Amino acid sequence: MTTATIASGASAPQFYTTEEHHPENGTLLGFWLYLMSDCLIFAVLFACYGVLGRSYAAGPSGKDLFDLGLVALNTAFLLLSSITYGFAMLEMAKNRKGSTLFWLGVTGLFGAAFLCVEIYEFAHLIHEGATPQRSAFLSSFFTLVGTHGLHVTFGMIWLITLMVQVTRRGLIPENRRRLACLSMFWHFLDVIWIGVFTFVYLMGTL
Amino acid sequence: MTPSPAPESLLFGRLSLEAIPLHEPILLITFAAVAVGGVATLGAITYFRLWGWLWRDWLTSIDHKKIGIMYMILGVVMLLRGFADALMMRAQQAIAFAGFEGYLPPHHYDQIFTAHGVIMIFFVAMPMVTGFMNYIVPLQIGARDVAFPFLNNFSFWMTTGGAVLVMTSLFVGEFAATGWLAYPPLSGIAYSPWVGVDYYIWALQIAGVGTLLSGVNLIATIVKMRAPGMTMMRMPVFTWTALCTNVLIVASFPVLTAVLALLSLDRYLGTAFFTNDMGGSPMMYVNLIWIWGHPEVYILILPAFGIFSEVVSTYCGKRLFGYASMVYATVVITILSYLVWLHHFFTMGSGASVNSFFGITTMIISIPTGAKIFNWLFTMYRGRIRFELPMMWTVAFMLTFVIGGMTGVLLAVPPADFVLHNSLFLIAHFHNVIIGGVLFGLFAGINYWFPKAFGFKLDEFWGKISFWCWVVGFYVAFMPLYILGLMGVTRRMSKFDDPSLQIWFVIAAFGAVLIAAGIGAFLMQIFVSVLRREKLKDVTGDPWNGRTLEWATSSPPPAYNFAFTPVVHDLDAWNDMKRRGYVRPTSGFIPIHMPKNTGAGVVLSALSVICGFALIWHIWWLAIASLLALIVSAIVHTFNYDRDFHIPASEVIASERARTKLLEGRA
Repeated sequence: MTTATIASGASAPQFYTTEEHHPENGTLLGFWLYLMSDCLIFAVLFACYGVLGRSYAAGPSGKDLFDLGLVALNTAFLLLSSITYGFAMLEMAKNRKGSTLFWLGVTGLFGAAFLCVEIYEFAHLIHEGATPQRSAFLSSFFTLVGTHGLHVTFGMIWLITLMVQVTRRGLIPENRRRLACLSMFWHFLDVIWIGVFTFVYLMGTL
Repeated sequence: MTPSPAPESLLFGRLSLEAIPLHEPILLITFAAVAVGGVATLGAITYFRLWGWLWRDWLTSIDHKKIGIMYMILGVVMLLRGFADALMMRAQQAIAFAGFEGYLPPHHYDQIFTAHGVIMIFFVAMPMVTGFMNYIVPLQIGARDVAFPFLNNFSFWMTTGGAVLVMTSLFVGEFAATGWLAYPPLSGIAYSPWVGVDYYIWALQIAGVGTLLSGVNLIATIVKMRAPGMTMMRMPVFTWTALCTNVLIVASFPVLTAVLALLSLDRYLGTAFFTNDMGGSPMMYVNLIWIWGHPEVYILILPAFGIFSEVVSTYCGKRLFGYASMVYATVVITILSYLVWLHHFFTMGSGASVNSFFGITTMIISIPTGAKIFNWLFTMYRGRIRFELPMMWTVAFMLTFVIGGMTGVLLAVPPADFVLHNSLFLIAHFHNVIIGGVLFGLFAGINYWFPKAFGFKLDEFWGKISFWCWVVGFYVAFMPLYILGLMGVTRRMSKFDDPSLQIWFVIAAFGAVLIAAGIGAFLMQIFVSVLRREKLKDVTGDPWNGRTLEWATSSPPPAYNFAFTPVVHDLDAWNDMKRRGYVRPTSGFIPIHMPKNTGAGVVLSALSVICGFALIWHIWWLAIASLLALIVSAIVHTFNYDRDFHIPASEVIASERARTKLLEGRA
């Protein structure tokens, strides 16, 4: 950075830059902040589940309802999708557009599989009469798990949009930044899911 | 009006002609006035062919300065609405005695106090505070704009969208009649079956998106975009308070979003979060909403503290006393504000230990706040004080806020709170700190920074009238409420039995009229100043002998703020530059990289408002359609990669040369 000197006095400091000053890009920090705020939404939902999770109102409990095998499958789908997203980012770093898109596609398929299993699980529960209206426990269960599922759905929409954009424009800096943001979002959902899996399903079946 | 459980139609949901309150003369007259004013404004814009200018230069602008001004305008407009509600309440309570019902039926009265609180907090104080942060922070840190300029425009329009929904509720349907925090079970579907609470929920959700995003935006701006040499401990105090406020926003608004989402699930899907039956817990709502609500009051007051700090040091011609302690006090308040929420409901019955914990944390907050008061006092001590308007507001604040703070500490004692909970003493207390703190701060800021934003000072005569009416009016309006509260009168009553109380309410109503005169004088002040703008003109860009970087550039600043990014060597950078013989550069200008305007924010916000309206009235097809349109337009916006441009060097040279001429003309 070159800076102008001031006419008066040899010791007078430089008060302005003479070249364009480029501040650091704040996107990743900004997105991180957004993620933390989203994390707080989940914190509230977890807290509600913590308060209401045993309020069965004479209805079914987690022990009666949860199918751990199905949830384990679902967890595997989501964790694998995080790994494949990691592969996509590695390929992006090597500037390979085709294989980046391939791994993004695989990530999307795992995400879709996760959502399908979740929808099946919800449909099954509702069919059994364990609806969100049945008890405070079920209200908080459906809301916590459903909010996570909604996030995954939006992540999928975002993923598809980004795949189109990468196809059209290639791995330009803007798209790399966006892929990095979605990467944070996707791993964040994974972390949340680990909380859901442990706190809701594992502890719920105890 | 009692809600009619009419069958819902497929096309219009539960919206029908009955929703328009034709039988309420007060609303009809208001509607007529708003309609006439609206048509006149729109007509004038059309007549003077201003639509193109308005759209290109303002509505779609991503310039943080213009967005800041638009926030201020939104705040002032909503202040008029919120204050009209206040006057109606004071008038009702002054006359509704000993069997006389007053002129407002209870259901209408309940909506008015709810709307008053919601509007004053969310659509007056928040937009104005955000407006100041938007306008001033980038200038104070020597930046060209905020970190995410489009997001800034979008945030503004989402806030405005929320305000539009609240205003719509006045003429279509009803507003919530639950109090400003809409506690269940009263706000649940069983006791509030019609649209009022839904208006409340969707207005706050839409505005909340805007607030949260502007919080993220300003944190990223302050962390990443400071001028070279401006370390954290060289940031102006206002920027520090803005940073802390935005941290509070990002860390508390998601809780509001979540808790309102849960309430809407209870209302729309019949879940059992906050119900009395099926295992729900209404007190969980109260806890959650105050986990947002207490930080919220610090979100409002911290920037006001920042404004007072800037004002005191400028008008005393001194560096702020105890800069570092001021910063630490701000940070400590930020953290403590999360540890006191339960003091809003000591009466919940959480037991002596829990109540003591929250009582003590509440009392502890008064320590950093007291440190601030002493810092301001010591800055004034032996300073060359100039009693300009901003300084007058600051002195009034220091006196008033100390009283409010002391009644606050009194309320922090749980046994005392059991007596005073939900009494008018509480009402007097929080108006004492919000008017005496936030509002006085906003007026100090308006008088202080107006010349920066518009290039001319505000008229002093009308400013002083406004000041005295506000300050005296505040005391006349709220001291009687302290007395009434101590006598045991509770809040939110639309009529009273005991005629001996009436005189206090009459005095309070008179105070409200004085405040109304203060607002009138403020509008007059702006009107007169615009008329006399040539005489009040300031060409220096630094009318008050300021100390921070916003005074280093012209008034109003050019779109790019600074032709060259400043380099900071000391606290109070501009004062340092002046002291050490800074010479303004007049050559060597280069093109400046700037973001482009976009209409996407207006479109997304409009679609959100439509979606909110459809959800309120159960017009499901429209809700789905507008939600899809919202997602599609957001995606389409991301396909626009052409988001910035360069201001050519010739343009920079032209505007800097114009300024050189102005400055020479003065000398």
